[in-house]
Amino acid sequence: MTDRHAGSGLKSRGTKTLQDMNYEAPTSVEAAVAALAAADDEAHIFAGGTDLLVQLREEMIRPSLFVDIKRIIETRTITVDDTHVRIGAAVTGAELSEHDTAKTLLPGVVEAVELIGSAQVQGRATVGGNLCNASPAADSVPALIAAGAVAQIAGPNGLRVVAVEDLLAGPSRTNLSGNEFVVSLDIPKPTTRSADAYLRFIPRTEMDIAVVGAGAAVTLDADGICTASRLALGAVAPTARLVPAAAMAMIGKKIDDTVLASVAAAARDACNPIDDKRGTVAFRIHVAGVLAIRAVKIAIERAEAK
Amino acid sequence: MARHLINAMVNGDRVEFVCGTGQTLLDVLRGELHLTGTKNGCGTGDCGACTVVLNGRPINACLVLGAEVDGSEIETIEGMAQGGELHPLQQKFLDHAALQCGICTPGILKMAQAYLETNPDPTETEVRFALAGNLCRCTGYDKIVRAVLDAAAEMRASET
Repeated sequence: MTDRHAGSGLKSRGTKTLQDMNYEAPTSVEAAVAALAAADDEAHIFAGGTDLLVQLREEMIRPSLFVDIKRIIETRTITVDDTHVRIGAAVTGAELSEHDTAKTLLPGVVEAVELIGSAQVQGRATVGGNLCNASPAADSVPALIAAGAVAQIAGPNGLRVVAVEDLLAGPSRTNLSGNEFVVSLDIPKPTTRSADAYLRFIPRTEMDIAVVGAGAAVTLDADGICTASRLALGAVAPTARLVPAAAMAMIGKKIDDTVLASVAAAARDACNPIDDKRGTVAFRIHVAGVLAIRAVKIAIERAEAK
Repeated sequence: MARHLINAMVNGDRVEFVCGTGQTLLDVLRGELHLTGTKNGCGTGDCGACTVVLNGRPINACLVLGAEVDGSEIETIEGMAQGGELHPLQQKFLDHAALQCGICTPGILKMAQAYLETNPDPTETEVRFALAGNLCRCTGYDKIVRAVLDAAAEMRASET
């Protein structure tokens, strides 16, 4: 080694990992599924690498195989049809924020993804990776849940579809089996007077992990009555979660301060947070109520502006 | 560890190298290609010292595998000066004394260069946000931000 820093990157010391680790970049969904099926339990889907390579370096994972899904066209494209916006799982944050149609249709999802990491991380980190890394504080996830996103999952038996809120099992855990991976996320195209929003609280202005995140989506009728709504929270429970009671408080009503107070109460009731250096249980619960109200208000403003 | 034969373009030159699955692009640039201008800071994508441009986008080279860059175009700090003439950003960093120890500088220069291509006339706030992924423990950032704004002004002037 000619450079003393060169080898310091990702070598796991004294494990079989080093010898056994391999990398494949299939160009079709079927080939990726086949590669997973042929591998052992330590194969990992690899997209942006911004979480996985940190975990590898810190020896939290000992992969036998990385299956890079970035050369599969379905994971790399954003398509919009009459009913849905489909975001490939390996679309990066930077690519999503440059997609004007996605930004117009789903400002909440896009602003949530844009909050992930630095410009350098945005160039690599993917929407599907943020979801499947399954951090309770992942910014994109409450926004995806609020927007009604469902994951298209490929596996040995073909495709299956799972709502994002049902895909998460706990911190760093999903309900995907070892032979499956998320190909894309389908989000219902918002109708007239329907919009979403995402807010998070961090103690700094940039480059931090959510203390609380809140995603909201509302649909209003011509009279300003809420006809559909979804509120989701992040960083206040083992997984991001949908708060159906908050939606119940809004649907069928004009969303005034009384309704918003009920939304905040429902958000607080849905919290089951931890104490850590970023915030106490009491603080997180309080902020969840505050952010729920603010996110709903922004979604309403956007819906009314349509 | 499996070995991978990779072809890529680095600073306009075609390069071929062999790397192991566990080697990052940063490992490859420094250890295999001997381009040691790109620095190894944290190794976890937090500090930005290893920022290079991969297929037109600034990224942390420590969070890219060497094995993935087959067919890619990579720009590093070594390609920034042209024909012995410093890039305006490099010159302004000298003029403004926007560096002390210099470890963060190649990464900041590459990030700033990529950013100014998308936004040639940024505000100070925009520059600070664009460089949020590049840590500097010496300068307190102010001179860096001034140097970037000054370079941007000069680059705009030379465009017209």
